[in-house]
Amino acid sequence: MAAGPSVPEAELVDVLDLARWQFGITTVYHFLMVPLTIGLSVLVAGMQTAWVRTGDEKYLRMTKFWGKLLLINFAMGVVTGIVQEFQFGMSWSEYSRFVGDVFGAPLAMEGLVAFFVESTFLGLWIFGWDRLPKRVHLACAWAFSLATIASAYFILAANSWMQHPVGVVMDEGRPRLTSIWAVLGNNTALAAVPHTVAGCFAVAGAFLVGIAAWHLWRDRGDQPVWRASIRLGSWVGVVSFAALAVTGDMQAKLMFEQQPMKMAAAEALCHTEQPASFSVFAIGDVSRPDCESVKSITVPALLSFLAHNDFDTEVRGVNDLVVEYQAKYGTNYPVDERLGELSGKPIDYVPVLPVTYWGFRLMIGFGAVSAFIGLAVLWLTRKGRLPRTKWFPRLALAGIATPFIGNSMGWIFTEMGRQPFVVVPNPSGVDGVWMFTARAVSGLTVGEVLTSLIALTLVYAALAAVEVFLIARYVRAGVAGVMPDKPDKPDEPSDTLAFAY
Amino acid sequence: MDLAVVWFCVIAVLWLGYLFLEGFDFGVGMLLPVLAKDNTERRVMINTIGPVWDGNEVWVIVAIGATFAAFPGWYASLLSAAFLPLLVVLLGLIGRGVAFEYRGKVDTDRWRRGWDRMIITGSWIAALGFGLIIATTVFGLPLDQNGNRVGSVLAAVRPETVLGAVALAGFSLVHGAVFLSLKTDGEIRLRARRLATRFGPFALLPLGALLVWVQVDSGSVWTWLAVAAVVVAAASAFERLEKGREGQAFAALGVVIAASVVGLFGALYPNVLPSTLDPAFSLTVAQTASSPYTLTVMSWVALFGTPAVLVYQGWTYWVFRKRVSAAHIPPVHVP
Repeated sequence: MAAGPSVPEAELVDVLDLARWQFGITTVYHFLMVPLTIGLSVLVAGMQTAWVRTGDEKYLRMTKFWGKLLLINFAMGVVTGIVQEFQFGMSWSEYSRFVGDVFGAPLAMEGLVAFFVESTFLGLWIFGWDRLPKRVHLACAWAFSLATIASAYFILAANSWMQHPVGVVMDEGRPRLTSIWAVLGNNTALAAVPHTVAGCFAVAGAFLVGIAAWHLWRDRGDQPVWRASIRLGSWVGVVSFAALAVTGDMQAKLMFEQQPMKMAAAEALCHTEQPASFSVFAIGDVSRPDCESVKSITVPALLSFLAHNDFDTEVRGVNDLVVEYQAKYGTNYPVDERLGELSGKPIDYVPVLPVTYWGFRLMIGFGAVSAFIGLAVLWLTRKGRLPRTKWFPRLALAGIATPFIGNSMGWIFTEMGRQPFVVVPNPSGVDGVWMFTARAVSGLTVGEVLTSLIALTLVYAALAAVEVFLIARYVRAGVAGVMPDKPDKPDEPSDTLAFAY
Repeated sequence: MDLAVVWFCVIAVLWLGYLFLEGFDFGVGMLLPVLAKDNTERRVMINTIGPVWDGNEVWVIVAIGATFAAFPGWYASLLSAAFLPLLVVLLGLIGRGVAFEYRGKVDTDRWRRGWDRMIITGSWIAALGFGLIIATTVFGLPLDQNGNRVGSVLAAVRPETVLGAVALAGFSLVHGAVFLSLKTDGEIRLRARRLATRFGPFALLPLGALLVWVQVDSGSVWTWLAVAAVVVAAASAFERLEKGREGQAFAALGVVIAASVVGLFGALYPNVLPSTLDPAFSLTVAQTASSPYTLTVMSWVALFGTPAVLVYQGWTYWVFRKRVSAAHIPPVHVP
């Protein structure tokens, strides 16, 4: 090699760690805004539809209020999304070169057929209230909100290919795309999309419930708006959780097949069991490979059922899978100076067990708490009832956080659970297509990655504070904060814009 | 025709769309402290791009995404080698995008001043930064045979790429001023037009210098013709503006940026990112292109997707075709 990156060897490992931290922070952060945008935009489009169809002012007020919160959130989703489009090339150039023939296509499609629609029709929707006929304006809301789901589909198709590469052959050391339909129809993606979208609606539902509960309890006007919102939100939350459970089960069954190590790690299952019991809760250090220090509360045979739909199938444990992975994918990293400290070292095939074990449980747990709050609210507000206790708004407001945390935990689990791979080998399909995360990173200096990690984290933290501040302000003001009382009669021609920045 | 060449042209067209559309968005942001005297006038300026800036910005996201899909090696080498400049551009875009949405959400001067500063600096940073990045891909980087950068983390910052930065900022200023004279009414319109006629020709000089530098470096007959087209279009833009034909002047500036993109990408071809160390290490269209199958798939998507984008974005500009003036700006209403 004529000239490598002018960095001491030992530093390259740090570049890898820093680049991973940056990807983790920026992506988990981005996915706080994304689910709220996806879920809320569809609900707002539904509210506006109800207004257009019934003419009931209540629905217009709902559309305006929730629409404003949607916009405050959407701005953050856009700007943090831009970073994602660049980040693969900037920090993960080896990955980009390796997967470019496959992975770039769904990303480009997302931009061209989904994000363009989102951004353009959102602009039309915000500024078009008095410029467009009512139904055309409503159509803009639907174009925008459905495009957010299309976006999710393309991005998840790209991510699913990393979890389960399909539709390619190896050609000169790189996967070459042979069927775009296999990539877009990847069964991993088809299971991930409904699961993720259901998670988005869980977020939007809890958001409606928390804020509307507080307003109902405060009782300063617009009660019909808040009552309709809380009923809608809690139904959406409960139905979403049901959908999450069903689709999550489908995903888990696929994952037992496609990424057995990830699912063994989700259970911190050390030894192969038949039938395998499901661990509800563990006391002790789950990262110990011998399992001996861990006391776990288990449900017999449940894991077998989750994996294969029967109560006596064998589920393979981490220790057996390590042997199998070593035989298939090698025991040591290749000797390559670009791998830095990892060059020639043994490959650790076991993900960070406390993260996968607890991530998996917290995902399910927070989702369940969120669904429970939804059910409780449905019961407490049945037939026009309204609880007067101050615990009601407190619980509902705190409940907003639960699906957000559940979503984040799910992503952290599934992304950490595929380590040490960035592209996980497909055990039953394509031969030879996998990539270790350690080989994916760009040849950057520690200074560069550290600068960007710090800069992005600080800017994101500051913007989070601003977003929460603004949302709280608009929430407190209620509908009056977004609907100025018009002095003119509505049919009197006016030069003033209905909305302006 | 070879699909890889077609996709090289598609990437150039996506950049053209971005520079044409966000060029005036940047200009409006950069001129905010120059052309507006009070908050209402600043709101007039921001609202000329209010409904469209976000849709305009998607052009660069698609340009970058399409580069990833069609030329992964180009995407990987350029973005990782110009890491720090791109980080600054991203921070600028983040601040500016949030600022448009948030500046009007609290009714105090302090709040608005803070976000205005972010719009102004963010617009400058983005215009300068993308100018630098485009010049970098044209002039090249010190790459080894694997397409990785050798040497300084600021290898992308050199006299010729800084000239590229100034060139795009200068164009954005003129484009923004002419756009404002086309889209506003009243005092601002006159001020914008005056500014464009008086200083516009000077602001375009760096772009001219950049184009000549590139052609001397690696031009051909037809890329020189593109430079000639830039000069003619620029002259006619100012002539039309003098006559008060703002729409025609704006269209002529569109020709300026289109011919500039032809001049830059035309001179770049058949490379996509030259190596300044050894021409043998330069990344080329043929060598970085995705497989013919992937390019075919993407061609079908682009064939149906791009016209649709042009139609509905064009419709947006039609819906919001009215000039904005102080009389249109509603009173501030915040919680």
